[in-house]
Amino acid sequence: MTTPLLHLADVRKRYNIGQPNEAEVLRGVSFTLQPGEFAALIGPSGSGKSTLLNIIGLLEPLTAGSYQLQGDEVAGLDDAALTLRRRTTLGFVFQFHHLLPAFTALENVTLPALMRDGAVSAAESTRALAMLRAVGLEAAAAKRPGELSGGMQQRVAIARALVLQPPLVLADEPTGNLDTAASDDVFKLMRHMHATLNTAFLIVTHDPRLAARCDRVIALVDGRIESDARQVPAGPDNRGSSPAPAPP
Amino acid sequence: MAIWLGFERRVALRFLREGRMQSLLIIVGVAAGVAVVAYISALISGLQANTLEKTLGAQPHVTLSPPDEVVAAASPPAGTTTLQQTQPRAQRPRSVANWAALVPVLEALPGVAGVSPMVAGAGLAQRGEASKSIALVGVDLDRYDRIVNLRSKVVAGSARLGPGEGILGRDLAADLGVRVGDRVAVVTSSSTGSVTDAVRITALVDLGVRELNRRTVIVPLRAAQSLVGLPGGATNLDLVLTDVWAAPAIATSLTRRWPYKVESWQDTNAPLVSALNAQSVSTGLIRAVVMVVVVLGIASVLVVTVVQKQREIGILRAMGATRGQVLRIFLLQGAIVGALGSALGVLLAVALIWAFTTFVKGSDGLPLFNITLAPGLALRIAAIATLCGVLAAVAPARRAAALDPARAIRL
Repeated sequence: MTTPLLHLADVRKRYNIGQPNEAEVLRGVSFTLQPGEFAALIGPSGSGKSTLLNIIGLLEPLTAGSYQLQGDEVAGLDDAALTLRRRTTLGFVFQFHHLLPAFTALENVTLPALMRDGAVSAAESTRALAMLRAVGLEAAAAKRPGELSGGMQQRVAIARALVLQPPLVLADEPTGNLDTAASDDVFKLMRHMHATLNTAFLIVTHDPRLAARCDRVIALVDGRIESDARQVPAGPDNRGSSPAPAPP
Repeated sequence: MAIWLGFERRVALRFLREGRMQSLLIIVGVAAGVAVVAYISALISGLQANTLEKTLGAQPHVTLSPPDEVVAAASPPAGTTTLQQTQPRAQRPRSVANWAALVPVLEALPGVAGVSPMVAGAGLAQRGEASKSIALVGVDLDRYDRIVNLRSKVVAGSARLGPGEGILGRDLAADLGVRVGDRVAVVTSSSTGSVTDAVRITALVDLGVRELNRRTVIVPLRAAQSLVGLPGGATNLDLVLTDVWAAPAIATSLTRRWPYKVESWQDTNAPLVSALNAQSVSTGLIRAVVMVVVVLGIASVLVVTVVQKQREIGILRAMGATRGQVLRIFLLQGAIVGALGSALGVLLAVALIWAFTTFVKGSDGLPLFNITLAPGLALRIAAIATLCGVLAAVAPARRAAALDPARAIRL
């Protein structure tokens, strides 16, 4: 039997514990994500989506419950262990692209390798360039984020998240800051990369159209999972239909 | 293979380059601070070296002489309370006991570069109707030259001290109206009567101090012994040391070892030493204040940088940068700013020193005194400034490293 990529059991998160404004944001969230899944996490504002994503992304500790990542309990790990786990297991795509403006597109993509090894080898550079080619931005490799459109920046962010081929990419409203056409492009790209690399994606989105095009939709309401359904993705564009060339 | 701090260096340099104007301003600020510290250090060192050279150029570093004669008060019978007043005893010229045997012993001591026996006394120099009070100095010329470098102070004639020969201070010769080759009569008086000797002048010297130039007559040791009434004696032994600042320690050790009166140049020039110390303390304070300003400047800029870069720090942390890596990014920024500012500051100090020696001159058209920025001093200042840069970065770096990545990304 395959080890789940992640398994949450009765995860709770409280803020301001012991204070008058104590609030429980997650109230016993449990679900499992298998390797290579393409899932959407939806819910109204304040439902706890971002908090859950931060906990899954090892950016915030949970208050109670269990979180197993690739079969290992990570709930009690210290900051150093969590950081290394993030580096090796997770890729992040944020709503506002969050590229480093002082680095070129290529340098942003090679940043994870630089962080890991202290240098970028020729092989890593080639791989990063191929990843930029895969997201259709090889020609923009030397450009700074400020010189790229929002959609292009998000493509670079996706390339950066995938360059070390982590088993899971967490995307927080990846299309929330883009117009419809650019959103469509970015979503297609994520589906394409998922199909090509078999990387699992967990995408937080407000957009029901995008959620409908995912293989699985987890709905969060008031800190609880209201529904968790696998589905046949809607739309003709899914499953690797992007015109971009295949990554290395 | 992992490159040492490759990631941290790259990010630190990019952050500095991104905030170009901010970085430039703080580097210029550090450079100004380093330039002030280096220039003041070189100036004060030059000034103190010049003062010491002038002061110690005409006197020994340590003087050993017989102990002062004192009157021993009569001991009152036990149980008696008395009120006593003791008249201090007049000090007559006396010889250092066994000085000839002491000279090689002193010369063998570590840190002692030369020993010269001397007979010092007072008298009159007469030429025709002119009569001037003098300080009579009887020496062995070669030994005395090692103490005060007398030959380099000759302004007329050739330093020579054969029997019946003498060397005069420049101003005394002018007062008496004599030149090299003339004769003067030297008269001294003692309890046995007055003694007169004729001295032919072989050289005139400039001892650097006007009062010495107006009073000094240097004669052979044997002649002075006769004039002062100390046959075979020496009133003191002058020592010159390899390190002038070791004088108090050597004087103390000699005092402990022998029953002589031993004085260092610091004892005989206490006001000068106090002035030099006050100057050094003031310079140290100025340097410390400037360095504190530099540290605060760097720290304030880096604090602003941390605030500006919170989101980037959050992204880096989310991507797997450790707290240590984030800490080192900002420490490196402090070090880079400190090192670049130091290099620029040292160049600026060299330019200031050049301007001082080129444009600030005395009435004789020569530089007031010599100032140089020793490479060792420049390196030390640069290293301290770089260290200050790192120290200044500690608080901002810790703050950056402690940022909660989830919160930083949301900002």
